Amino acid sequence: MIELTVNGIKHRVDVVPEMPLLWVLRDELGITSPKYGCGVAQCGACTVHIDGKAVRSCQAHIGEVAGKSVVTLEGLHNKDQHPVLQAWIAHQVPQCGYCQTGQIMQAISLLASIPKPTDEQINQVMSGNLCRCGTYPRIRAAIHAAAANKMAEK
Amino acid sequence: MGQMQTLSRRAFVFGSAAVAGGIAFGAYSRAEAAAPGDDGNPLAAGLGPNSVTFNPWVEISPDKITLIAQHADIGQGVGSVQPIMIAEEMDLDPGQFEVRFADPSPAYFNTGFADEFAPFVAADQSPAAEEARAATLEWLRKSGLQMTGGSSTIPDTYQKLRVAGAVARETLKAAAAKRSGIAMADLRTQSGHVILPNGTKIAYVALAAEASKIPPVLDAQPRDPSKWRMLGKPMMRLDVRAKVMGELKFGIDLKTDGMLYASVKLNPNKGQPLKSYDASKAQSMPGVRKILEIKNGVAVIATNSWYAMKAVDAIACEWAPSAYPAEQADHWKVLESSFKPEFLGKEWRKIGDVDAGLKTGKLVEAEYRAPYVAHQPLEPLNGIGLVTDKGMEIWVGHQSPRFVQWVAATAIGLKPEQVTFHNQWTGGSFGHRLEYENVRVLAEIANQMKGTPIKLVFSREEDFLQDIPRQIAIARHRGSVDRSKIVAADLQLASTTPLKGLLERSGTPSKDPDGQLAAGLWNVYYDIPNFRATSYEAQGLSPSTTWRSVGASTSGFFTESFIDELIHAAGLDPMQARIAMCTVPHYRKVLETVAEMSDWKGPLGNGRGRGVAFVESFGTPTAEVVEVTATDRGIRIDKVWVAVDVGKVVDPVNFENQVQGGVVWGLGHAINCELTYANGAVQQTNYNHHEAMRIYQCPVIEVRGLENDPKVRGVGEPPVPPAAPALANAIFAATGKRIREMPFNKFIDFV
Repeated sequence: MIELTVNGIKHRVDVVPEMPLLWVLRDELGITSPKYGCGVAQCGACTVHIDGKAVRSCQAHIGEVAGKSVVTLEGLHNKDQHPVLQAWIAHQVPQCGYCQTGQIMQAISLLASIPKPTDEQINQVMSGNLCRCGTYPRIRAAIHAAAANKMAEK
Repeated sequence: MGQMQTLSRRAFVFGSAAVAGGIAFGAYSRAEAAAPGDDGNPLAAGLGPNSVTFNPWVEISPDKITLIAQHADIGQGVGSVQPIMIAEEMDLDPGQFEVRFADPSPAYFNTGFADEFAPFVAADQSPAAEEARAATLEWLRKSGLQMTGGSSTIPDTYQKLRVAGAVARETLKAAAAKRSGIAMADLRTQSGHVILPNGTKIAYVALAAEASKIPPVLDAQPRDPSKWRMLGKPMMRLDVRAKVMGELKFGIDLKTDGMLYASVKLNPNKGQPLKSYDASKAQSMPGVRKILEIKNGVAVIATNSWYAMKAVDAIACEWAPSAYPAEQADHWKVLESSFKPEFLGKEWRKIGDVDAGLKTGKLVEAEYRAPYVAHQPLEPLNGIGLVTDKGMEIWVGHQSPRFVQWVAATAIGLKPEQVTFHNQWTGGSFGHRLEYENVRVLAEIANQMKGTPIKLVFSREEDFLQDIPRQIAIARHRGSVDRSKIVAADLQLASTTPLKGLLERSGTPSKDPDGQLAAGLWNVYYDIPNFRATSYEAQGLSPSTTWRSVGASTSGFFTESFIDELIHAAGLDPMQARIAMCTVPHYRKVLETVAEMSDWKGPLGNGRGRGVAFVESFGTPTAEVVEVTATDRGIRIDKVWVAVDVGKVVDPVNFENQVQGGVVWGLGHAINCELTYANGAVQQTNYNHHEAMRIYQCPVIEVRGLENDPKVRGVGEPPVPPAAPALANAIFAATGKRIREMPFNKFIDFV
């Protein structure tokens, strides 16, 4: 049995320690906002926060995650008022939407370290998150809007 | 399905037989198509007590209102705009109705294919063209072809769903009139209620039982667009919030009681069987419950998708070899030798005397190439299947519900009607979810696991290996210019056949030339006095299928690059020359609009360049200008301007998003994507080999929608074809280098 904390709730799972966190979340715990896209850290659809940092959950073995705090989009604090989620809705970013939960988790991490990113900084941090539908112009706009909203709150 | 098969050939011979034979079907009218097919209204059978359905798209019970989305949502937003078109007429607000995807039924035949399947170019509005389209519509009605694709959702549903909503509204008013004794003319509707003159509100759901006992008001008319509350205005897609909140369940997110997980390893020599396998290592791996042999490979059943993927990876398989050339170089050789009469698809169009024209003035010749490309939506192929003694139930996101039934049933010896299909929200498609690799193997697996629900998820690598690609093609174009004018263009291409292949795998084979090889080749609207467009169909190559914008994705690049070469040879400005040559007034307006948006004033200089391209695909004329800078790190795409005429923009925010996404799709794959075969298998098995565009390469994309076309058109695909040629033409303007083959990064670096 491996113990882990996801969105503040402790879980015990009976899987091999090599299993990627992604598959523990999805198939063992039924937490589906982290998506399987590539399995090799090429697409970012599986992005979650571990101890506050954006991590590709397809690359984090569950054995190494034990004892750490995992947050998925489901567990974001103040989710209904979250400035990044609000900006994503206002700009109607999603098309198919499959990559967007990962994009959002990456963007939240970006804004935590760079409160007002330039386009260049957005490009650098967000380029690991693939969007096959091509919503990039809207992702950029939503990140700028979220940054402005967060600034306004302060 | 039987009828569909017997009728399938007819659809593609209308040009010769039906029309030439003078068969007339009367005035062409989309409204006519609102009547259900032979099977009537499929909602009637499943109706609960005190409930009512007026047509295949509206169902009201005492508890709720359900609107049916007949076209599959593959990310293009039709899970939202279809019900909103009904809600607009019913005076319903978002939140007052549920949305359900349509079951398989001929009632949901796609009227929107009438234009694309009839053998006339889109701008041809002549009586003969309209007669052919009307005849095609009748075939579609009879065949019950239920399919999402070809940018046809809005053309198909724009009229019929608004009529469906209007019928529902007027019938609910009639029920309220009967109950209250007040004349219908004195009743109005608002926000899900019929409102009496004294202000009393009766909820639609409270009228369901009474509405079911009166005849529907079939002559109800949809409102004039000037009266619209939601359509045509910036509105919120119904699925956006659930997607942002991570609450929307895609097919891959579903879970049922007692479910086990499956993963597969299939013969990468597409379409060929398994010869033998050794699963000794996999058998003892964690989580493994069972190892199954299926027709073209092996499957592992496990307690978790990852266990299944790891174990299937450890199985050693021996495969039957490919039926197509094992090596990529030989695919190109086959194409090179396909420009021969025995491989002729069709001479689609001939104007003037091409041979004489080519001898006039300066001759320009060029060869272009486009590779196989993968679809690879981010949600991999998946599905849940359950086979019992009664039949099969399947939960899968797919664009062709009735073909899913046929493919699954055929795989395991059932009748199509024994397959119950539940469509799902999908994480993209781009043509991938018109094919059946997951459906067929899921049926085989579930059939061997009777009574247990099986969730199949393809690994990304398997998805790449089994992806039936976009067609591969070579174009050999010749033309001539004389006295600053293009006098001749002889456009020829050899290609694999995307639509024919799809139809064959759908159980409806066609022997007629593949109409998608005409797209972007024959529908050229420039005043060129001597013109010919010919397709050759290469034989014995990889199966190919429809990839976002299909034939035009390759031909648009060939044609608009070559036109640019001719314009350059004539010493003309690429934009001004296109505007001057364009023969269709409202298409010319599209070019003029993009010229105005980009403030086109000729060459930019200083390592910067602009290219323009214009392609009509699926009836939608689209012009794009791409601006690039040649930097010391390679080509940087700075900005793109797009003008598109769809007749009516019904969902403006989503419209812009679709157009921008189409441009990103077109540019990204043109820059760096190809599939190549070695030992019969594709060599690219994840996104690091087939990357397309990431955000750092994405330019600013400015979009304008025009509404001059006499018909309402779709926009999912048309922004794709002009992107590649506009980029190639921009690179030529910036560097003097003419790139004639995709992907472009084989010839030039990109930032």
